Amino acid sequence: MNKQSSTYTIIYIIVLVVVVGAALAWVATALKPEQTKNANADKMKQILAAVHCAPANNTLVAETFDSRIKGIVIDEKGDIVDNAVAFDVNVADQSKEADTAKRLLPVYIYSDDETGTKYILPLYGQGLWGPIWGYIALDSDGSTVYGAYFSHQGETPGLGAEIEKPEFQERFVNKELFKDGEFLPVTVVKAGQRPQGNEDYVDGISGGTITSKGVASMLDNCLAPYKNYLEKLTNNND
Amino acid sequence: MAEKISYKSVFFNPLSKDNPVVVQILGICSALAVTAKLEPAIVMGLSVIAVLAFSNVIISLIRNTIPTNIRIIVQLVVVAGLVVIVNQLLLAYAYDVSKQLSVFIGLIITNCILMGRLEAFAMSNRPWPSFLDGVGNGLGYTIILVIVAFFRELLGSGTLFGCQVMPQWLYNHGYENNGLMILPPMALIVVACIIWVQRSYNKDLQDK
Repeated sequence: MNKQSSTYTIIYIIVLVVVVGAALAWVATALKPEQTKNANADKMKQILAAVHCAPANNTLVAETFDSRIKGIVIDEKGDIVDNAVAFDVNVADQSKEADTAKRLLPVYIYSDDETGTKYILPLYGQGLWGPIWGYIALDSDGSTVYGAYFSHQGETPGLGAEIEKPEFQERFVNKELFKDGEFLPVTVVKAGQRPQGNEDYVDGISGGTITSKGVASMLDNCLAPYKNYLEKLTNNND
Repeated sequence: MAEKISYKSVFFNPLSKDNPVVVQILGICSALAVTAKLEPAIVMGLSVIAVLAFSNVIISLIRNTIPTNIRIIVQLVVVAGLVVIVNQLLLAYAYDVSKQLSVFIGLIITNCILMGRLEAFAMSNRPWPSFLDGVGNGLGYTIILVIVAFFRELLGSGTLFGCQVMPQWLYNHGYENNGLMILPPMALIVVACIIWVQRSYNKDLQDK
């Protein structure tokens, strides 16, 4: 057989691609359940990190999450959307929806005997090199920040990537989203400066200016639609 | 192959005398990217060993059937397939590490060591020596990665495998982690130091 002929070459590559394709399809299907479990556990871990809760392993994560967190989905008016599961809402897609009235807004309500009830809101935005995301936990008054968690895909190590360090995340604790009754999400400014408005602020990261700004606009963009819901919480508490 | 090749030299040469990273200067890009910490460096090394060994064996098995004019494509398809499988396995069983390695597992496909070994060795040798060659070269790559990661993690973060090893009293006396070690340029400099040390021991490697 002539191994250099076009027919042989074409048949050869077709057979090869089919064999490799079949092998990959089989591997992907076989490992899918395990991967979904990992991805879900990772998401739960991040949500729990916002309330300073870090279970030791994946089984504990799932148990803690299921027992202490209740997820609801709301719309911009602050009303509960019935046919949606908070955990399955794709925050990345929702945060890009320009019309905030159309967004589905997940709220994770955490409660245990020691810390009480906390409201965890998901965040998603852009850093310098890629997406950044996080969760911010609010006290039951809907205004005071209880904890924050940020992560990123590919920010510069030592600079923008510092947003995933507790040192940065701790800066948000006890900041207020409502100032004198006005809704103003916490912002991030250069160290030593003050924002123009009256809002609460934290110091950004030196050398990570674009990432810091990304965090600020992520907070703005993702928290703004929750305004009505948080106002209700505030009023309930008064 | 008319000449008899020594299995021993096929396996051990890449570890030092013919090391893919510090002698042939291949695969430098990933060596820079994943060596800020030891754990991802080791997982990356193991992934490269697995992909290299198996792609060598597969290519060696089918080497006599491959049409010459599409041999590079055939090699790429095999390597890409194996890389995807490794990536899927990591996502399923080592999720945290695979998150740290992010795109670099996928970039094994473009690692020059792979194409180099497939073209230079597997295309003209039987499966068993090809397997040894793959494992040997993979190990040679891993050794360098681990050495670089050891110094970068120790001096850059004061930890090894994520455990604090730099004692607190050192920090109390004004010692600080070297932030530059975390950034890619220091990997290049550490690799260069390894090359320097190796060439001063191995006079054969020095350029005349």
